Amino acid sequence: MGKFAIETRGLKKSFGTTHAVAGVDLAVSAGGVYGVLGPNGAGKTTTIRMLATLLRPDAGEAQVLGYDVVRDAQAVRSRVGLTGQFASVDEDLTGVENLLLLARLLGYSRRRGRQRATDLLDAFGLAEAADRQVKKYSGGMHRRIDIAASLVVTPELIFLDEPTTGLDPRSRNQVWEIVRGMVAEGTTVLLTTQYLDEADQLADRIAVIDHGKVIAEGSSGELKASVGAGSLHVRLRAPEQRAEAERVLAGVLEVPAEPSADPAALSARISDPERVARALAELFRSGIDVTEFALGQPSLDEVFLTLTGHAAEETPEEDAA
Amino acid sequence: MNATTAEQASAPVTEDALRSVLLAGERPSSPGPVLTSLTFGWRALLKIKHVPEQLVDVTMFPIMFTLMFTYLFGGALAGSTQEYLQFLLPGILVQANVMITMNTGITLNTDIQKGVFDRFRSLPVWRPSPLVGALLGDLVRYSIGSAIVITLGLVLGFRPEGGAVGVVLSVVLLLVFSFCLSWLWTMLSLILRTPNSVAGVSMMVMFPLTFVSNIFVDPKTMPGWMQAVVEVNPITHLATVVRGLMHGSVPAGEIGWVLVSSVLLVAVFGPITMVLYRNKK
Repeated sequence: MGKFAIETRGLKKSFGTTHAVAGVDLAVSAGGVYGVLGPNGAGKTTTIRMLATLLRPDAGEAQVLGYDVVRDAQAVRSRVGLTGQFASVDEDLTGVENLLLLARLLGYSRRRGRQRATDLLDAFGLAEAADRQVKKYSGGMHRRIDIAASLVVTPELIFLDEPTTGLDPRSRNQVWEIVRGMVAEGTTVLLTTQYLDEADQLADRIAVIDHGKVIAEGSSGELKASVGAGSLHVRLRAPEQRAEAERVLAGVLEVPAEPSADPAALSARISDPERVARALAELFRSGIDVTEFALGQPSLDEVFLTLTGHAAEETPEEDAA
Repeated sequence: MNATTAEQASAPVTEDALRSVLLAGERPSSPGPVLTSLTFGWRALLKIKHVPEQLVDVTMFPIMFTLMFTYLFGGALAGSTQEYLQFLLPGILVQANVMITMNTGITLNTDIQKGVFDRFRSLPVWRPSPLVGALLGDLVRYSIGSAIVITLGLVLGFRPEGGAVGVVLSVVLLLVFSFCLSWLWTMLSLILRTPNSVAGVSMMVMFPLTFVSNIFVDPKTMPGWMQAVVEVNPITHLATVVRGLMHGSVPAGEIGWVLVSSVLLVAVFGPITMVLYRNKK
């Protein structure tokens, strides 16, 4: 051991008959961001909660920073930070009270704890909200105080469970900046997300998990290569021309084009972006009027479709367990 | 609205500030169980400061009960309300206190729902300290409740023959018992899913526990089987002790009973609570 910040073998957890985590093997190197990507109910939160010693695995082994999560739970707890839906702060207390509470619990003296709380609030742009109850914070501020709360003692490793779910783009960018800042200072970050975009932006390596199992692992480039370049979406002026357009696109792109729910729209997966221009030109030449077209990045759905053959369906209740 | 304006006004997260704060983080040695429990107790007090509404139960319950039962039963049971008050007030003090211990479970369950629970569980502190701390904070609430009952009693004409010493001693014993009984509610709050169900089940336990006792009437007129129940109910012994101390006698045997049942409550429900706490999903 010692080579990896996190290493798991055959990690399992069931809730009744639901196999939330059904044998997860991870090897996360120290430093950088490791992304765990998957839909709701894939087992992301359950995995993180086991790694953060909040949940006892049914089977398998997990070591975090070289310590076993069951046998050396307290050693793990003193070295990691956790931020997520279930590891929040006390909404009745003010920002500064929350951080001071944690600082005192972690062994700071009253004076140094107050100083630490103030410094953290300043660094996270929350100085003005310091004396306001957290329940009055906006979504973005709330997420920032959650993360600040995990940094009272600078952790060697931080777990971020869906840190940007439900945030507006501006707040999301702020969280991303924080993550990058932590990585620059040498903290290892394990991040779960439902968004391919987020994993792409932040993570050096990504594990895609579904039904409690890792179904693919690699850098974002590797994963994308396995999925293809994305898809072309086209909207026509006249819906009755759709059949004709389908034929033209399929001819040029060499993949079947699929009609969308919108009667005037269709889309096709593409492997080679250069053919898109030719496909559009061909539509024009055939007298088919295109009112809109868009080249989409592969979505999580497409990753899933490619990797698993099924869509990333929504089963929210499992992850909440 | 407030939050939005403040957010716009607040400085963005700067890389430099973040860097310095990450580098500055020290790693102090872990504090001991007493300090962490007291710190969690401080949190409970802060919550009272921010949400004073939660004192409604410790103020309203006791006032309501004292007035209601004194004037409802006084004439019929003891010939006069003054007479009855001397008997009832120590009992009401017990009932009010025991009733407001229920809030412990409801508060803990709310913590679990709200998400601060996992944060506490992920800290490298003595494991029972969040629970012990919450119960220490509750002692403040119980003290407030007791003070209200006793003050109201004195105003209505309650005259404790045991004097201030008797009153204080009986309250101390009552706090000890309440602290121990609270572990039953912490256990329930880790088993049941919502604060509402915790409240419901607690009520179901609480009503027979407080009414089938000697708080309101002398058990002599009850049927034999019920007297038997009253006799084993720890609340009966607690009420006897509080009554005795307040009126100047020291029922040593009964005090022993109360202490033994207090220890038993913690010995049984404490470990169960901690197992549930450790394995909480």
